[in-house]
Amino acid sequence: MATQTFAPSMTPSAAAHLTDEQVETLGAELDALRAEVVGSLGEADARYIHRVIAVQRGLEVGGRGALIFSLFPPAWVVGTAALSVAKILDNMEIGHNVLHGQWDWMRDPKIHSTTWEWDHASPAASWKKSHNYEHHTFTNIRGKDRDLGYSIMRITPEQEWKPTDLFQPLVNLGLSMIFEWGIAIYDIEIEKVKDGTKPWPQAKAELMGLWRKARRQLAKDYVLFPLLSGPGFLSTVAANATANVVRNVWSHAVIFCGHFPDGVESFDFDEERLESETKGQWYLRQMLGSANLSGSKLFHLMTGNLSHQIEHHLFPDVPSNRYAEIAPRVQEICKRYGLPYTTGSLPRQYGKVLRKIARLAFPGGGPAPAATPPTQLPDQARRRLAAPARLAS
Amino acid sequence: MRNTVEYMGVLGEIRQRARVAATWFTQPLLPDDLLGTLNPVWSTREPHARVVGLRRETADTTTLLLRTGPARPGHRAGQFVGIGTRLDGVWHWRTYSVTSCPGDPLLAVTVTAVPGGTVSGALAHRTPVGTLLRIGPPAGEFVLPDQVPEKLLFLTAGSGITPVMGILRDLAATRPEALGGAVLVHCDRTPSDLVFGPDLRELATSTGLTLVERHTAVKGRLTPDNLTDIVPDWAARQAWACGPAGLLDALTEHWAMAGDPAALHVELFTPPATVAADATGGRVSFTTSGIEADAGPGTPLMVAGEAAGALLPNGCRMGICHTCVGRLRSGAVRDLRTGDLHDTPGEPVRTCVSGAAGDVEIEL
Ligand SMILES: Cc1cc2nc3c(=O)[nH]c(=O)nc-3n(C[C@H](O)[C@H](O)[C@H](O)COP(=O)(O)OP(=O)(O)OC[C@H]3O[C@@H](n4cnc5c(N)ncnc54)[C@H](O)[C@@H]3O)c2cc1C
Ligand code: FES
Repeated sequence: MATQTFAPSMTPSAAAHLTDEQVETLGAELDALRAEVVGSLGEADARYIHRVIAVQRGLEVGGRGALIFSLFPPAWVVGTAALSVAKILDNMEIGHNVLHGQWDWMRDPKIHSTTWEWDHASPAASWKKSHNYEHHTFTNIRGKDRDLGYSIMRITPEQEWKPTDLFQPLVNLGLSMIFEWGIAIYDIEIEKVKDGTKPWPQAKAELMGLWRKARRQLAKDYVLFPLLSGPGFLSTVAANATANVVRNVWSHAVIFCGHFPDGVESFDFDEERLESETKGQWYLRQMLGSANLSGSKLFHLMTGNLSHQIEHHLFPDVPSNRYAEIAPRVQEICKRYGLPYTTGSLPRQYGKVLRKIARLAFPGGGPAPAATPPTQLPDQARRRLAAPARLAS
Repeated sequence: MRNTVEYMGVLGEIRQRARVAATWFTQPLLPDDLLGTLNPVWSTREPHARVVGLRRETADTTTLLLRTGPARPGHRAGQFVGIGTRLDGVWHWRTYSVTSCPGDPLLAVTVTAVPGGTVSGALAHRTPVGTLLRIGPPAGEFVLPDQVPEKLLFLTAGSGITPVMGILRDLAATRPEALGGAVLVHCDRTPSDLVFGPDLRELATSTGLTLVERHTAVKGRLTPDNLTDIVPDWAARQAWACGPAGLLDALTEHWAMAGDPAALHVELFTPPATVAADATGGRVSFTTSGIEADAGPGTPLMVAGEAAGALLPNGCRMGICHTCVGRLRSGAVRDLRTGDLHDTPGEPVRTCVSGAAGDVEIEL
């Protein structure tokens, strides 16, 4: 299995110069790095996540408390700001990472991937499947990684152009404002019901699950807390809506910068190759399919350390507070193996993403198509691949 | 009276409604999560206790005085509780007998550092006042019956005194007359190693309890033979014994041969040796969490599951407390202590002492 070579369609072009042996040595180096970090986890890490959770809860309680007086403009501003930050921390540094199992090693039932629920439209369970499993296992494989453009956008030139793509800059703007809902509904994979690969009762059960969660979220933000504000009902509704939109726009920007800027590769789908993919090849695909964001410590915290997207994709279940210290070492490895390590500031990277979305709204837009044309997915290929379960988390 | 009952019922109803209403405001968290963030001891769902006092009993034994939260369930003297300790960021659970009286405002556990032990050394030597611990519900059958027998005998060695200390203190506080004719044989190497030596001597003076200290460095271990010399009427007494496995095995055998087996009650702190290390092993699926793991031959399902990231309920980790029970959905498990095979679907299985006998599904 390990001797099998990458087909051109799976070979990230930026790694074409590496031999199979080199790819496996690279994998072994990354395995060793992971083992070293995991072995050094301890009390300081536990304190870190407890502190972040306490700060997040403090901001949320404080923000919502201030918004009881939302008719008073300074209270509105402070409350909305605190609540926006709280929602961002909840989703990104806490929720996303806890759901990845990054903190499972503490064996704390209160901070564990199997018990966590977050302030997000998507119920934790369905998120874990679509994100941890599908996105992290099939990262940037066209036709397999549904996060690639979320099926409504043309994000790589290899995707076939449709006239509706003309509207995608607008679609993107809309999506960014309602990002959590987009993800939640998208996770149900309604299109699979249409083409018959997903039974309707299952989709219905998932929709009901979503609705049960969503109605509580909606009631909390748009009925209950506004009621507490009495005459300030509407201004609290506006404040909560603002906080939700701020969170959505921010997480959308950070997440789009993780996989879509220039310099990030996407891969053709080839079931056979994927099944025989070695750990080294998997690492390579994760590295070349992700891009980092540079910034201050506070910035990294606010992105949930998804600013270290490369490190996160290499080690999805290593606690996020460690990515910063891993980053220079991964960068050094990339340099030694002659691999790109894409990084840049948020405005720069997001600018590139927006430019790409605008360009790809029109036909063409890429260099000459890859050696193999994008594979059309045969039906049987849609079945779940036997990927190692642990890679997914 | 009836009015009071109705009134309480209405109050309970209101409280319940208020709790549900509060949940709508705090979801996806529970109000309890927020209270627990402010002060973990206030959490009723994940009970914590704070160490508020320490008493050095001997060189290797410390009593921890714990302030618990509002949800602390009452215990019976002689029972144990699960204690969770965060060491290097990881929670570890062990069981400790309660050495305070049921009604005491603080709950006490007395921990002897076991050489090479993961948790006991940290609890006995490196747990300052102010430390937060987690605490599980009390459990255990090592208790006196409601009708306290007239002639009591307690046989303890080393840290095995702890549950008996709980029982003696409770008796002294509630029914001191029961201690009048009671005998305690307590063994340890030297007088200074003897856990609770001073307390026991005082108790003996004040209640009439007959205390026999056996310093094994001088007199050798307690055996069934020398027991007859020390307590000639042992067979006429209801006995409670706690100590090393060797002592308890010898006593059990002795009572079975020469006495009434039903009159001997024992509590063991250490796991019995694994007999079924050759259990085949297999793949274990935890159906609630969806986590799967390979359990090697002789590996408890709990250990295999935890290695794969499962969060499994656990307490003593040695088959005693039943905290870890999950129902068997399919397949078979082997009890690693006895070698018995269990394969009835729906049967409760203790994951800490069960190994996989082929592929198995556990409802946890
Ligand atoms: C019902 C019950 C009540 C208990 N009550 C008390 C109590 O009141 N006070 C108390 O100090 N302990 C008590 N224990 C023992 C306690 O739960 C732990 O097992 C003990 O503290 C060792 O934990 P550890 O993590 O340090 O050792 P581990 O790391 O779990 O074990 C290390 C080594 O020590 C051995 N070992 C484990 N326990 C003992 C022991 N008690 N004596 C000698 N060797 C041992 C193990 O077999 C292993 O080889 C009780 C146990 C049970 C089951
Ligand atoms: S953990 Fe106590 S019986 Fe299994």
